[in-house]
Amino acid sequence: MSVLDAKIPEGTLEQKWTKYRSTVPLVNPSNKRSLEVIVVGSGLAGASAAASLAELGYKVKVFCFQDSPRRAHSIAAQGGINAAKNYQNDGDSVYRLFYDTIKGGDYRSRESNVYRLAEVSTNIIDQCVAQGVPFAREYGGLLSNRSFGGTQVQRTFYAAGQTGQQLLLGAYSSLQRQVGMGTVKMYTRHEMLEVVKIDGVCRGIIARDLVSGKLERHFGHAVLLCTGGYGNVFFLSTNAMGSNVTAAWKAHKQGAFFGNPCFTQIHPTCIPVSGDHQSKLTLMSESLRNDGRIWVPKKQGDTRNPNDIPEEERDYYLERRYPAFGNLVPRDVASRAAKERCDAGYGVGNSKMAVYLDFAFNIKRYGTVEASKRNIHNASEADLVRMGKEVVKEKYGNLFDMYQQITGENPYEQPMRIYPAVHYTMGGLWVDYNLMTTVPGLYALGEANFSDHGANRLGASALMQGLADGYFVIPYTIGSYLSKEIATKAIDTNHEAFVEAENKVKSNIDRLFSINGTKTVDSFHKRLGKIMWDKCGMARSEQGLKEAISEIQQIRKEFWSDVRVPGTADEFNPELDKAGRVADFIELGELMCKDALDRNESCGGHFREEYQTEEGEALRDDENYAYVAAWEFKGMDQEPVLHKEELKYENIKIAQRSYK
Amino acid sequence: MNLTLKVWRQKNTNAEGKLVTYQVKDISPDMSFLEMVDVLNEQLITKAEEPIAFDHDCREGICGMCSMYINGRPHGPKDRVTTCQLHMRSFKDGDTIVVEPWRAKAFPVIKDLTVDRSAFDRVIAAGGFISINTGNARDANSLPIGKEDADMAFDAAACIGCGACVAACKNASAMLFVSAKVSQLSLLPQGQPERYIRVKNMVAQMDEEGFGNCTNTGACEAECPKGISLSNIARMNRDFLVANVVSNS
Repeated sequence: MSVLDAKIPEGTLEQKWTKYRSTVPLVNPSNKRSLEVIVVGSGLAGASAAASLAELGYKVKVFCFQDSPRRAHSIAAQGGINAAKNYQNDGDSVYRLFYDTIKGGDYRSRESNVYRLAEVSTNIIDQCVAQGVPFAREYGGLLSNRSFGGTQVQRTFYAAGQTGQQLLLGAYSSLQRQVGMGTVKMYTRHEMLEVVKIDGVCRGIIARDLVSGKLERHFGHAVLLCTGGYGNVFFLSTNAMGSNVTAAWKAHKQGAFFGNPCFTQIHPTCIPVSGDHQSKLTLMSESLRNDGRIWVPKKQGDTRNPNDIPEEERDYYLERRYPAFGNLVPRDVASRAAKERCDAGYGVGNSKMAVYLDFAFNIKRYGTVEASKRNIHNASEADLVRMGKEVVKEKYGNLFDMYQQITGENPYEQPMRIYPAVHYTMGGLWVDYNLMTTVPGLYALGEANFSDHGANRLGASALMQGLADGYFVIPYTIGSYLSKEIATKAIDTNHEAFVEAENKVKSNIDRLFSINGTKTVDSFHKRLGKIMWDKCGMARSEQGLKEAISEIQQIRKEFWSDVRVPGTADEFNPELDKAGRVADFIELGELMCKDALDRNESCGGHFREEYQTEEGEALRDDENYAYVAAWEFKGMDQEPVLHKEELKYENIKIAQRSYK
Repeated sequence: MNLTLKVWRQKNTNAEGKLVTYQVKDISPDMSFLEMVDVLNEQLITKAEEPIAFDHDCREGICGMCSMYINGRPHGPKDRVTTCQLHMRSFKDGDTIVVEPWRAKAFPVIKDLTVDRSAFDRVIAAGGFISINTGNARDANSLPIGKEDADMAFDAAACIGCGACVAACKNASAMLFVSAKVSQLSLLPQGQPERYIRVKNMVAQMDEEGFGNCTNTGACEAECPKGISLSNIARMNRDFLVANVVSNS
C-alpha cells in the first residue's frame, strides 16, 4: 500500500464534490476568528484564496516578493480562461471540459480533481463578472467566447490579449478590500525562506523582509503555498524574472513530496532568442495559430528573404505531418516538430533556431472576404492585402505590435520568426483531493501543485485552475483540517522550532556571503539553464539525462565554492534574493532529470527519444507508467525516494492521442 | 554600441543620492534597456562593486513593476512602452543616457532606482473594488452590458499601476491612476451601488498619501505606457462632484 492517500471521496464522479461539500466538517464563525492562515504568493490562486478565506472570517496573512500583490505573474496570461458555460449552444458540458482536460494531459492526471475543476469553472466566470472584470462582449451585451487548442467547442472567455491581467486585478481588488477591512495583513517585498514544523505539522514560516533584510517568524494554523511554477529553472522562459521555486522547494525539503517534476510545457510560439544577452522570452499567443501557417524552407540553410522563397520551395511541415489538425495541433506536438526541423538544418533567422509563422495567406483570404462584403469585384492585389491587414490588425494588433517592438521587424510585411520556449510547469507539490501536501497543514494551490493538467496543459486552463483552487476549492477543503484545529492556540514564535528554522535560514545566508568567489549568480543560472534546455527540455534521452545529472552536481559544487554575492544581508539586496533562488533551482534541476530518467515512456511534454513511434510520435506506456511520480526528499546527497500514486480511469477510456 | 550612463545611486531611503557615471561597451541594438542594465550590473559585480538596484519582473510590459525615468521621461523616449519593452535600437552609439527613479513625495526611494509605490495599494484598499464575497454571484449572462461600455471599462482597466503618471506630473498627482479604477467601476452596472462612496474614499486616501493636485497639464496621459485617457479624470471629477453635492453618502 502506497504511503500516498489522495483522499478521493466515495461516490460517482458527478456526486463526489457535491457530497463532499455537504458533509465536510465546518468551523463556526467565532472559531474562524481565532484561526490564522498564511498565504504565500498573491497571483490568481493566492489572491483569490486569501480574499475568500478572509471573507469567511479567518485571520489571513499574505506574502509576496514583489512590491505589490498586483504584480504576480498571472498578470501576463494573454489568451483566456475556459469554463463549461455552454453559452454558445455548441455542445459543451462539464463532462466535455473534464474529458478534454484529461485527454489533453495525455492521461496523467487525477479524474476526481479534474472533474471538480470542470464543475466549478462556471462559478468562476460569474464571480469575476460580479467583481467588474471587463470580459469581451458581443453587441447584444452578452459574453463573447473563442476557441483554443485541443477542443472542439468555444468555451474560452477573454479580455482582449490581457485576460490574466484583468482576472488578477479582480482578485487583487477583492484582496485589497479585505486588507482595507483589516482581515488580511499584507506583507509585500517579503520572501518565504522556510517552513516551520512542530511535531510533524506545519505551524508557520520564516520570511525575509527584502527591504530591511530582517528575518521574521510567522505562525499559522495552516500555510498555503500559491507560489506558481518553476519554469525559470531553464533560465530562459516566459516566466517573470522573479518567478522561483524557493517556497515550494523549502517545503519539499521539509517533507512535502514533489509530483511529476519533469512535466514541463514548452510553448511552440515564442519570440526566438536574439543573443547571449537575452534575459527572458516572450510568448506570442496560441490564438495566432488560427491564422498563421508555420513553415521552413525545403532547402537546408536557405538564407533568402522569406518573401522571396516561392510557394513550392516551402515546407508547411505541420500541415504535411498532421493533415487533420494542421497548424492547430496541441502545444507539445507543435513544439517537437519545430525542434525536429531546426535540428535537421532547416531553421531560419540568424541563429537558425526559428521557424516562420506566416500570415500572408490569410491576410489575402480575409481581404477577399472583405472585398466581397463591400461589393468590390475587381479589387487589385494590393487592395486585397490592405483590407486583409485591417482584419488581422483588429484580431491580433497588440501581439503584432509587441513582436515589432521586440524584434524590430514588421510581421504584417514578413512572417514572424518563432521558436518554442519554456512556459508552464505541470509538475509541482503533490497534493491530495483537499489540496494538502504530504505535510499536514501545508497546502499547495494553482501552478505550484501538480494536480490537474497531467503531462500537458491545454491553453486557457491555467487561469481556470488558479481561480478554482482559490475561490471555490480551498474555502471548503481547509475546513476538514481546521475544524480539528480549533483547540490549538496561536503558538508563540519564540518556540524552539521557530528559533531553529530562523537559524537555519540565517546560516544559509551567511554561507552565501562567506564564499566571496569570482562568478556572478546569473552565470551559474545560465549554465544550469543550458543543461536543462539541452538535456531535459523538448527531447530527453537516458544518456543525456545521466550527463545532465552529473553536470548539475558539478554546478552545485562550483556555486557553493565560487559564487559572489555583493552587499550585505541587512539591506535591500536583489542579488542575494537571486542567489538563494538559483541555489534552489540547481537542486530542483537534478530532481527533474532524475524524474525524467525514471519515466521510461513519452507522454505529453515529456518526450524520451527512446520511446517514440516509427513516425516520431510520443509512445506512452500505460501498463507501467500510469502513475503520478511523487518524490520524497531524503537529505542532500541522498537519493530521493519515489512514491507512486496509481491513476485509475473509471470514467474515461484511455486511448492513444492522434492528430493525423 | 558604446554608451555613457549617468545613474542615480542612493544607498537607502535616508541616504543622500547622486548621479554616477558608467561606460558600457558592445551593447546590441536588440537588447532591451533592462538587459543593458543587466550587462552593467554583471560588470559591477565582477569588479566587486555594488550593482544597481531596480524594480522589474515580467519584462513583457504588463506587470507594471519597472519604473525608470530615462532622459527626463518616465519609461524613456518611446511612447506607449514600458522600460522593459524599450530596446536599445531607440538610442545611438555614443549617447549619454541619464537614468533616475520616479520622483514623488508619495513614492520614497528604497534604493537606487527602486521606489516604494505601496500608496497605490492603499488607494485601492480604500475603495477600488466591488463589495461582493465569493459565492454570491449570479449567472454572468444575466447581466447584459453594452459592448461600448464594456470596451470603455476595459480601456480604463488596462492601467498597470506603474506610476509613470505620477512621475510625469509636475505636481506628482495620482489622478490618472485613481480615475482609471474609478472609471472602470463607474462604467459598469456592477459598480453602481458603491459609485459615490467609492470615489469619495479613494480620493480621500489619495490626498492622505501626499500626492499632488491635478492642474490638467496632461503629462500623465502623454507618458502613460498603456494610453490611459484623460477623460477618466473628467469622469472621476464629475462623480466626485455628484458625491459631494448631491449624494448624502
